[in-house]
Amino acid sequence: MGDMDSVELLETKFSRRTFIKGVIAVGATATATSQFLGRPGIAGAQTMAGSAARLITLRVNDQDRPVDVLPNETLAMTLRYRLNLTGTKLGCDRAECGACTVLVDGVNQYSCSMLTHQVRGRAVTTIEGLQNPDTGELSTVQQAVLEEGGFQCAFCAPGFIMSMTAMIDDNPNPTREEAAHALSGNLCRCCDYDKILTCAMRAAELARSV
Amino acid sequence: MAEKLIGTDIAPPDLIAKITGRAKYSEDFRADNMAFAKILASPMPHARVRRVDASRALALPGVLGILRAEDVPQRDGPREAVLTDEPHYEGEPILAIAAETEQIAAAAIELIDIDFEPLPFVIDPLESLRPGGPNAYSGGNLFSDDAWSEIKWTAEDFAEIDAGRMPNAEAVVEWSKGDVSAAFAASDLILDEVIVHQSLSHHPMEPRSNMAYWENGKLFAHVSTQSAQRTKYAMAGMLDMDPEDIVLVAEYCGGGFGSKISGSTIMALPAFFSRKINRPIMHRVTRAEENYIGRARPGFQSWLKMGFLSSGKCNAIDLYLVEEAGAYGSGDNGTAGMVADLTYTPQNMRFRAVSIYTNTPPKAAQRGPGGAQIISMMEPILDKAGRELGIDRLEMRMINAPDADVSFGPRDSQLTSVHAKEALRMGAEMFDWAGKQSLSGQRVGSKVSGIGIGLSPYTAGSRGFDGLMLISPEDGKLHVHQGIGNLGTHSIADTARPAAEILGLNWDQVEIVWGNSSRGMPRSSVQAGSQTTHAHTRANHAAAMDARRKIQEVAARTLGGAANAYRMDNGVVTGPGGRMTFAQIAARAIELGGEYDGHTLPDDIHETTVPAATGLAGKGLMGVAKDNYGGEGGIYSWVAGFAHVELDVETGVVEIKEYVGITDCGTVIHPRSLGAQVLGGSIQGMGMAMTQRWVFDPQYGVPFAKRLYTARPPGILDVPPNMSWGAVGIADPQSPVGAKGIGEPPVGAGAAALTTAVADAMGGKCLCRTPLTPDIILAELEGRTRAHGRLDMHVG
Ligand code: FES
Ligand code: FES
Repeated sequence: MGDMDSVELLETKFSRRTFIKGVIAVGATATATSQFLGRPGIAGAQTMAGSAARLITLRVNDQDRPVDVLPNETLAMTLRYRLNLTGTKLGCDRAECGACTVLVDGVNQYSCSMLTHQVRGRAVTTIEGLQNPDTGELSTVQQAVLEEGGFQCAFCAPGFIMSMTAMIDDNPNPTREEAAHALSGNLCRCCDYDKILTCAMRAAELARSV
Repeated sequence: MAEKLIGTDIAPPDLIAKITGRAKYSEDFRADNMAFAKILASPMPHARVRRVDASRALALPGVLGILRAEDVPQRDGPREAVLTDEPHYEGEPILAIAAETEQIAAAAIELIDIDFEPLPFVIDPLESLRPGGPNAYSGGNLFSDDAWSEIKWTAEDFAEIDAGRMPNAEAVVEWSKGDVSAAFAASDLILDEVIVHQSLSHHPMEPRSNMAYWENGKLFAHVSTQSAQRTKYAMAGMLDMDPEDIVLVAEYCGGGFGSKISGSTIMALPAFFSRKINRPIMHRVTRAEENYIGRARPGFQSWLKMGFLSSGKCNAIDLYLVEEAGAYGSGDNGTAGMVADLTYTPQNMRFRAVSIYTNTPPKAAQRGPGGAQIISMMEPILDKAGRELGIDRLEMRMINAPDADVSFGPRDSQLTSVHAKEALRMGAEMFDWAGKQSLSGQRVGSKVSGIGIGLSPYTAGSRGFDGLMLISPEDGKLHVHQGIGNLGTHSIADTARPAAEILGLNWDQVEIVWGNSSRGMPRSSVQAGSQTTHAHTRANHAAAMDARRKIQEVAARTLGGAANAYRMDNGVVTGPGGRMTFAQIAARAIELGGEYDGHTLPDDIHETTVPAATGLAGKGLMGVAKDNYGGEGGIYSWVAGFAHVELDVETGVVEIKEYVGITDCGTVIHPRSLGAQVLGGSIQGMGMAMTQRWVFDPQYGVPFAKRLYTARPPGILDVPPNMSWGAVGIADPQSPVGAKGIGEPPVGAGAAALTTAVADAMGGKCLCRTPLTPDIILAELEGRTRAHGRLDMHVG
């Protein structure tokens, strides 16, 4: 199967499961022996030496960004290592923590668990894209977090802020319980959950008032 | 009048960077021509590398080189090196490959032909203590006085253990006070328990990725570390180089919880590798690798005997701990013994412990090391005594908690201040302890309520560090140079508030300088043990007093009149001769030179402050001083946690309905941030009590629970959507600022509030092991034998 085919296949038949299968299959060809021992240094690696990058154009933060992308490259890696958008964090690289959350067509998604080729033609928004580029004005959610002094180490903050952004769009009048559900795909290891919820509620309040 | 800063909510100045994505953590830095490293980690818990053939890997296009154990310093004994040829746990780094891309580096790792000789291993410390049991190291299971030895208990000891009794076995650590056997003879109630606390990984959100490069003999190291100034010196030690040849960049740290105190061993890998192949090296650590090299809290297998008088007073404790020391040792047991004596004030206590090496990931302090475990283990036993004696459980704590005259531990330590009982009283009121008594054991459908309390102390301060600050002639602002780290406690900003108040400044007239050692960092505490808020409010207080005196003297020398007649407010000095702005004062200080602009430094500052201060000399009016405020006794903070849980007796699932945490941590500097520490720390404790487990395959010694979803730290749905906190707010009399630290104590409080509440929901039955996962709870409820031995260390 050529790169072209595999990319098209993934784009048309995407599901979380096909994504996992794709990455594992790639790993398995190279690691047949060591996988047997479950060598930990390998488990997180995407190995595909020799596969070719292709130039594509992504729509990121309202800009067209031409970029070379490998067939098995995740959106998180493209953002961080090719577009230098390092605000998107990697906490697990395996859909467990939400640190890498971005918006794809307004929906919060784990960018560590999407292939970059899947977002061609779709609008990607990262934490860097929330501030008004002309005025520097913070987004509603960012403003709310600033007012409430949200987050401790804040490694989880970009992901949570993206999820909050999707939340106020989806449900501008949540209860704290509903907000917790909307943010439950994000982990905060400092466990600043109480304040994070207060930020989310404040964000919804600000959103309703504009 | 300048605004009041201490006790108000002011967002830290770095928050905008954090919420716009501009904050740079170590993996966010790039260097020209940067290459990537990948490690090959041990697939076995204990082995020796017999042979490595890297030729195929090195032949792969794009591969730049290999780093082996022989390329990095090795030390004898259980002392961790960056890479090793004799791994002592699964996941230990053996070698590393650098390549143009990470994919190539990972592919090259796959092409390494490596042969290991498997060696005997042990993952459960008690197994290592059995007669003929395996040792974690070829030399033994105990290392002291720079030599290996073997400690084995006798068959008789294990006969006692197997019968569920405390063995009279050889201990490595032992102390006692009072007359323990006479006290037990006088006790009206004696409880005898076997309790197991699991080991658990730190798992900070940010894996310990690091990047480094060299330029003209200088090392530029981008490090994920809790501390900053002290990490630079740790790095210099690892590389055996002059610290002044290191530029350490550590602007943000995505959490450490004790696992990145002065950085970590792996932080030197990019530095060594970069030196070898002359390219900048980025080493990204994956979550799975973080599980192995990212440190863990040690577990305890323990026997506890507690004696009580009919009044409810605990009059004797006999505690024996077996600690799981992992591959590189651990010392949590010592604080566990101290904290037990401090919290229950028995006056008669014997403490014994052994800390045994195992072939599991390395241990390190984890928030409330030793203390959090022992509080989580002992609080349900205190409750049990209360039930048997017919005394309210809150009352049991009021009877046993210490007052200001406490003396505890083997050396009869004193404390600077104790307000544990005030915290209990405040918490009981906010939680409505009296009103909630009726919830205890109340069943609705399949759910049974339980309520619980955890009272948890921990050290919260230290003394004698340096403060360094500069008033700049350009902006007239106070630039506070911080050598502490920025790991999310906000102390990087909050500890500067006393300085601003002393100098009469508003917060927007203060700049925090941090995160880059080339900008000048004073000698600082490590950012650990909840020291910073106490230690560095004092150090900054001292330096600000120095600056204040100098400002007054510069004003008097310029304008005339007595120096102490000059007052300062809002960046302006006013006195008999007129007024000057801080910018003018700073410019004049540079003209006057000497001590005013830092060309002459105090004799008593630390030698590592000197190069930082010297680098800033002549740039403004300098405030620089050592914290000489002194003091006697240990500095401890407290948290009293109150929880209401619902236990579903059909599924074994526990839902936390309500939580209140009250702290005694002296003067409150930043309320909102303090609340986050109290509740966040408590929630971490809840994860420790309920979900974060270690599961090992005993046959192969390899872990199963190694990722976030298998080790399960608490998520947002695991905690109530509304939680409350409060602070006693009584200043510590021995600090000029009165603030104590807060990082550690909430963990034990949150954990114990749950272990006690779950026991309450089960009618007072203590399961005496953590984490309280549904399978363990259900087995108990259904009267089944558990799937594991009572003392097994690593189980679900
Ligand atoms: S990094 Fe994507 S979910 Fe954790
Ligand atoms: S604030 Fe540290 S992980 Fe959320």
